[in-house]
Amino acid sequence: MRPETETELAEMIRDASGPLRVRGGGTRAVGRSAGELLETGAMSGIVLHEPGALTLVAKAGTPLAEIEAALESEGQRLAFEPMDHRGLLGTDGAPTIGGVAAANVSGPRRVQAGACRDFMLGVRFVDGAGRVVSNGGRVMKNVTGYDLVKLMAGSWGTLGVMTEISFKVLPKPAATATLVLGGLSPEEAVPVLSQALGSPFDVSGAAHLPEGPEGSPLTLVRIEGFAESVAYRGGRLSELFARHQPLVETDEARGATLWKAVRDVEAFHGRPGDVWRISCTPSEAPALAATLGADALVFDWGGGLIWALLPEGADARDRLGAGFRGHATAVRASGDVPTFQPEPAPVAALSAGLRARFDPKGLLNPGLMA
Amino acid sequence: MQMPEPDARVLTRKAEIVARLREVLPADAVIDDEAETRAYECDALTAYRCPPLCAVLPATTEEVSAVLTICHEEGVPVVPRGSGTSLAGGALPTADSVILGVARMNEVLETDYDNRFIRVQTGRTNLSVTGAVEEEDFFYAPDPSSQLACAIAGNIAMNSGGAHCLKYGVTTNNLLGVTMVLMDGTVIELGGAHLDPGGLDLLGLVCGSEGQLGVVTEATLRILRKPEGARPVLIAFNSNEVAGECVSDIIKAGVLPVAIEFMDRPCIVACEAFAKAGYPDCEALLIVEVEGSEAEIAEQLGLITQIARRHDPVELREAQDADEAGRIWLGRKSAFGAMGQINDYMCLDGTIPVSALPQVLRRIGELSREVGLEVANVFHAGDGNMHPLILFNANQPGELEKCEALGAEILKLCVEVGGCLTGEHGVGIEKRDLMTVQYAPADLEAQMAVKDVFDPGWLLNPAKVFPLAVSEARRAVAAE
Repeated sequence: MRPETETELAEMIRDASGPLRVRGGGTRAVGRSAGELLETGAMSGIVLHEPGALTLVAKAGTPLAEIEAALESEGQRLAFEPMDHRGLLGTDGAPTIGGVAAANVSGPRRVQAGACRDFMLGVRFVDGAGRVVSNGGRVMKNVTGYDLVKLMAGSWGTLGVMTEISFKVLPKPAATATLVLGGLSPEEAVPVLSQALGSPFDVSGAAHLPEGPEGSPLTLVRIEGFAESVAYRGGRLSELFARHQPLVETDEARGATLWKAVRDVEAFHGRPGDVWRISCTPSEAPALAATLGADALVFDWGGGLIWALLPEGADARDRLGAGFRGHATAVRASGDVPTFQPEPAPVAALSAGLRARFDPKGLLNPGLMA
Repeated sequence: MQMPEPDARVLTRKAEIVARLREVLPADAVIDDEAETRAYECDALTAYRCPPLCAVLPATTEEVSAVLTICHEEGVPVVPRGSGTSLAGGALPTADSVILGVARMNEVLETDYDNRFIRVQTGRTNLSVTGAVEEEDFFYAPDPSSQLACAIAGNIAMNSGGAHCLKYGVTTNNLLGVTMVLMDGTVIELGGAHLDPGGLDLLGLVCGSEGQLGVVTEATLRILRKPEGARPVLIAFNSNEVAGECVSDIIKAGVLPVAIEFMDRPCIVACEAFAKAGYPDCEALLIVEVEGSEAEIAEQLGLITQIARRHDPVELREAQDADEAGRIWLGRKSAFGAMGQINDYMCLDGTIPVSALPQVLRRIGELSREVGLEVANVFHAGDGNMHPLILFNANQPGELEKCEALGAEILKLCVEVGGCLTGEHGVGIEKRDLMTVQYAPADLEAQMAVKDVFDPGWLLNPAKVFPLAVSEARRAVAAE
């Protein structure tokens, strides 16, 4: 199924008799879902881009590349820096903006600017009963009624199929610099990242690669803004971390290459094993990582996001133990583990209740999230 | 404003209900004396008042759970209350309801600078959250005008914003986790010190749900390091349109000030008379604030003044020192007080696309003249969050109704141009009946379905957010 309009989509869902596998560009094949393929790619196009109001509205099937090009032409961008899953998952195809929203995909800048969900201003979607629902709008502040926009962000198509999404967009900064610190262990790197994020210098990226592009550990701290300001903050941070002899990378292309390696978890590309994504309290990251016994690791968000490459079939949740107070997602898994972190019973009951309301026939990506 | 008829069965059982609440709370935490319950008869929307059945002031999550368990069993509606500063009537009781106030829950539970969060009980005031971390040069970003008094509980319920959210976002962007009690007494945890949920974003759903999904007792909030400095510039124009264009150009140029405040002539005149901040005689005034080190501030202000000059301002005043910065903000910060001095006023907070600013201001002026009530505008221009203040005389019969009707017209206008009814105050009872202007029946149905899941009996703050006629069937089933 490949509806071209929201009305057509609503009819298709109303007429559906069995499970539907909802797909944008098919690049984020996380978890298992069965059923007839329902593709959103024919509902495509930018509906509105108002640079002076920092807003962009697009149909859900719009290729991400088209949106990025339109923003680029006005010197703007999606500040949440959505990762590209293709290299990690071995998928091809073109990512869509609907896929980004449905999976709440963010990148290194999440730690400063916010997640995809923080930039979503409004959605239109068709729920599992074929009802068309609109929530939020295209203005930056909106507390009119419940925030179903947040509910739809990261719902992986299980509550409804998004047809149109409005975003807050931001200006691209004039300059970027990355402090590069070499040779640190995770135990040394995470406190450095915490100190950077806790400084007044508006750090927009804080990551640690135990195996950098050249094999040795790299700790990265990013700052962005107007040229003089970046130079000033780069200088202050260099003083702060003088004991680690940081280099300041100001070349835009080389800096972008480093952050793309973090964003897309390039260290794992082409390597066998299961990929786990763990959201945790940053300062607990080194100890948690040690218990994982991973073949490879990437730390983002100042330690708050751990990417772990585990042997096939290993269950990261078992290894993290019962006291772990974050969540782990099996992004690429061979074993029979739930993709998403199981929730405590009363919370799981609320999630199940919402699914029953929004998708009463259990049509949309059934079993993907619970 | 209509409120549902109180449930007679609850009213007749008042003594038993109060007695049961006394079993689980200290004696002074249950207030049922008629004179004392009057303290809870309204919030900051003072035009509407109704004393509750009783008020309870629990001190812990366990006590909140015990209270809700009893009310759930007894079928008693519960109206959660932070500090009672809602401008929308979010904490307005009905005669058959129990007010659940979180005022006694104001402890700081955990402060963690390495991981940049603070965990507090939600009765704590917004400003005292910053107060708790200021020593280490950290702050909590959302800054509603009522921040001296308003509680985090209410901030979460209404997803409150403030003047500085252009850069830092509103409550939902700064809330990491909550401990919450459901109507049946179940205690749940959503989120925590980590970022983003592992499953559905229930935390995002709870924030801004106006106390209808649960009672939030503890919150984990993101704290940020204070910038090295901040400085405002005042820019005066001879037309609203030009001021609006200047705002748009600043944003387009890639500067992201922490605040862009806009005042129109009626507001400037009132503030000047009240606070004597020394504002120029002009049609529209912008206060733009930037942050950073001295050099960074200079760089940003240089760019902003360069843009402003292209629009031929009447005056451009850069703060030379802290004293001058204070004076620039003085008028703006006393705007509401100034209005209160000269009149009763009703404050709206519809939000519009920034590009529609000149058109909306023109139309508000026309509507104001047609109705014969003055409207002063002061608002967060960077994000289109307007604050039209309609001036009226509450002692003159019929003026409140006239004012409310004008308010409704202005909010409809906001929706028409692509905006919304409320940007940061919430719906409460005030904008409840206008929800159908912004949302189609299916949109409201989807929102009410969420309440069905969290509070199947529709006992939590049931008469808010949704037009009474729209929620009637659900509330009626609940009352059975």
